[in-house]
Amino acid sequence: MACILTFIEQRNGAIRKASLEALSEAKRLAGQGGWQVCAVIAGNGVSGLAPGLGAYGAGTVYVADEDTLERYSAEGYAEVVKAAVQACQPVAVLMAGTALGRDLSGRAAARLGVGCLADVTQLRVEGGALVAVRPVYSGKALATVDGGSATPVVVTLRPNVFPAEAGEGSAQVATLPGVSVPIRAVIRELRAKEAGELDVAEADVIVSGGRGVKGPEHFALIRTLADSLGAAVGASRAVVDAGWIEHAHQVGQTGKVVSPSLYVACGISGAIQHLAGMSSSKVIVAINKDAEAPIFKVADYGVIGDLFQVIPPLVDEIRKLKAES
Amino acid sequence: MRICVLMAHVPDTASVIKVGAAGNRIDEGGIKWIVSPYDEYALEEAIKLKEVRGGSVTVVTYGPKRAEAGLRECLARGADAAVHVEGGEAVFGDALAIAKVLAAAASKVGPFDIVFAGIKGVGDDAGLVGPMVAELLDLPHVSGVIKLEIGDAAVVAEREVEGATEVYEAPLPCLITAHKGLNEPRYPSLKGIMAAKKVPIQGFKPADLGLDEAALAGAATRWLKLELPPAKTGGTILKGEEDPAGAARELARLLREQAKAI
Ligand SMILES: Cc1cc2nc3c(=O)[nH]c(=O)nc-3n(C[C@H](O)[C@H](O)[C@H](O)COP(=O)(O)OP(=O)(O)OC[C@H]3O[C@@H](n4cnc5c(N)ncnc54)[C@H](O)[C@@H]3O)c2cc1C
Ligand SMILES: Nc1ncnc2c1ncn2[C@@H]1O[C@H](COP(=O)(O)O)[C@@H](O)[C@H]1O
Repeated sequence: MACILTFIEQRNGAIRKASLEALSEAKRLAGQGGWQVCAVIAGNGVSGLAPGLGAYGAGTVYVADEDTLERYSAEGYAEVVKAAVQACQPVAVLMAGTALGRDLSGRAAARLGVGCLADVTQLRVEGGALVAVRPVYSGKALATVDGGSATPVVVTLRPNVFPAEAGEGSAQVATLPGVSVPIRAVIRELRAKEAGELDVAEADVIVSGGRGVKGPEHFALIRTLADSLGAAVGASRAVVDAGWIEHAHQVGQTGKVVSPSLYVACGISGAIQHLAGMSSSKVIVAINKDAEAPIFKVADYGVIGDLFQVIPPLVDEIRKLKAES
Repeated sequence: MRICVLMAHVPDTASVIKVGAAGNRIDEGGIKWIVSPYDEYALEEAIKLKEVRGGSVTVVTYGPKRAEAGLRECLARGADAAVHVEGGEAVFGDALAIAKVLAAAASKVGPFDIVFAGIKGVGDDAGLVGPMVAELLDLPHVSGVIKLEIGDAAVVAEREVEGATEVYEAPLPCLITAHKGLNEPRYPSLKGIMAAKKVPIQGFKPADLGLDEAALAGAATRWLKLELPPAKTGGTILKGEEDPAGAARELARLLREQAKAI
C-alpha cells in the first residue's frame, strides 16, 4: 500500500504544532488516496516522541536519533528525509512551512531529484496525486499546482491554516540508518529571543502597529492591546525601517507571512506588501482614522477613528469580557 | 574573490495582477519588471564583499529576453559581468528545473567562492531555488541571512527562526540567501548606468549547458490554474470618530459574540 510521509519538526524535544497540522492533513489526504500514514523525526534523544504521533494518525514513524542531529542542519536533515523516503516510498512528503521547513524542503527535494510545492494553503487528491493551492504574487493570486511526474513531491504547508486533530493510537517505530554525509553548514550558536515574547510567526493572535502609532514611545499602547488578547506584536515595514521596533516583528512581503486566527492592524494603511503577509488571517480587524485606507477592504471588522482614543477603551472592554468568562 | 549572484527578474511588487488568456499565468500586459527585492540585498552584499576583498561579481539570470534589463541594472549597481541563460517559458514555476539550469550556468562560468541568491523570488514566493542550487553544486548553504561575516575560509551567518536567532558557520565555497536587514541596497549611479551599457552580456541557451528544456519541463511541478482570491465583502466597519469608546465596546462585543475571536 502506498503511503504519505510527514517530516516532524521538534525543537528541544518539543514537537512543533505546525508539524501536527501537517500530519493531520496527511491523515485526511491518506483517507482520500487510500494511503498509509508515515512520519519521520530527527534529532538527538527524540525516539520517545515517536509513538505518540500515532494519535495524529501516523502508523509508522521513522526515527533518526543521533548526536550529529542535535541541532538542525539542512544537509543532515535532508539525508534523513531521503532515508525515510527510501524506506517507505511515499507518494508525497509533507512538512510544516516553518523557517526550518522552508529551508529544508528545497534542499531535500533537490537531493531526491523531485519538485516542491511551497507554502500551500489547500491540498486535495486527484487521480492518485496531490493537487495544491498556494498564494502567489504576494497573495494577489492563487495558483493551483501539482508535482508533475516526479515522485514523491515535497510540500510545505503554511502554518496555522490546516487544523491539527488528535485522536487515539500509538505508532510503530522504525530506526533509520546513521547519517554519513558531511554536514558543513552548522549552527554554532542559538540565541533565544527574550523569554515571554511571542513570535508573530507562531502566534494565534497578532496586534500590529504602523506609522499611525506616531512614535516608538507609543508602541506601549500596541503592547497593552496585545497583552490583553494574549497576542504577539507585529509591525509594518514603515515602523521597522524607522527603527521603532526590530525586523523580527515585521509582517509582509519582506517580513513574515502569518495566518493567525485574529489579526488587528492599528494605524496601518494596508499597502499591498503588508497585505501579502497577513491577508490569509482568519479574522482581520483594522483601526485607522482614514475611512479610505485600503486595510478596510480586507478587514472583517474595523473602526474608523483615532487609535489613541479607540485602543484604551477597547483594552478595558476586552479585559472585562475575559474576566467574565 | 569570485562572487556569483542569482537574479530573478520579476513583476513589480505593486503590480496589479490579472489572469492571462491561458488561465494559468498572469497577463503580462502593463507589468513593470524589476530585480526581485531580495536579490537586491544579495547583490549589495556581493558588491560590498568585492569592495573589501577584491575580485569580481557575476550576475546570472535565467529568463526571457526582457530579463536583460535586470542584468543591466545589476551592472549599473556595480556588478562586473552578466550571464543570461535565455529561456524558461517551458519550465515556468518549477524551482528544480530553474535550479538545474542556474547550477549548470554557474559551473560553466565559475567556479565561485561564494554564491548569493534571494530568500525568495517575488511572484512564485517559493524560496526554493537557492537551497536547490546549493544541493546541485554540492555547496553548504544558509538561507534567510540577516548578518554575514566572511573570513578567508569560512563564513558566519545569522538567520532568524521563530523565537530565536541561529548563528551558522559554513566553509567556503558556500551559498547564501539574503533576507531583508542584511544591508541597504545602493542605487545605481549615473556613471554606473553609462558604464553598464558597454558591458557585454554572456548569452547561453539551456542546450549550450547540456540541458534539454523540454525534458526538464516533463518532470516539473506545474501551475494548472491561476485565480484571483475571492474579494472580501461585508466587513463590519464602525464609525469611531464621534464616540471612540462606544465603537471600541461594540468592536469587542462583535469579536466576542460574532467572530468568536476573543
Ligand atoms: C519591495 C517592497 C517590500 C515591502 N515589504 C513590506 C513588508 O514586508 N511589510 C510592510 O508592512 N510594508 C512593506 N513595504 C512597504 C509598504 O509599501 C508600505 O510603505 C508600508 O506598509 C506602510 O506602512 P504603514 O501602513 O505603517 O504606514 P502608512 O502607509 O504611512 O500608513 C499609516 C496609516 O496610519 C493611519 N493613521 C495615522 N494616524 C492615525 C491615528 N492616530 N489613528 C489611527 N490611524 C492613524 C493613516 O490613516 C494611515 O493609513 C514594502 C515595500 C516595497 C516596495
Ligand atoms: N530564473 C531565475 N534566474 C536567476 N535566479 C533565480 C531565478 N529564479 C530564482 N532565482 C534565485 O532564487 C531565489 C529564490 O527564488 P524562488 O525559489 O523562485 O523563490 C531568487 O531570489 C533568486 O536569487
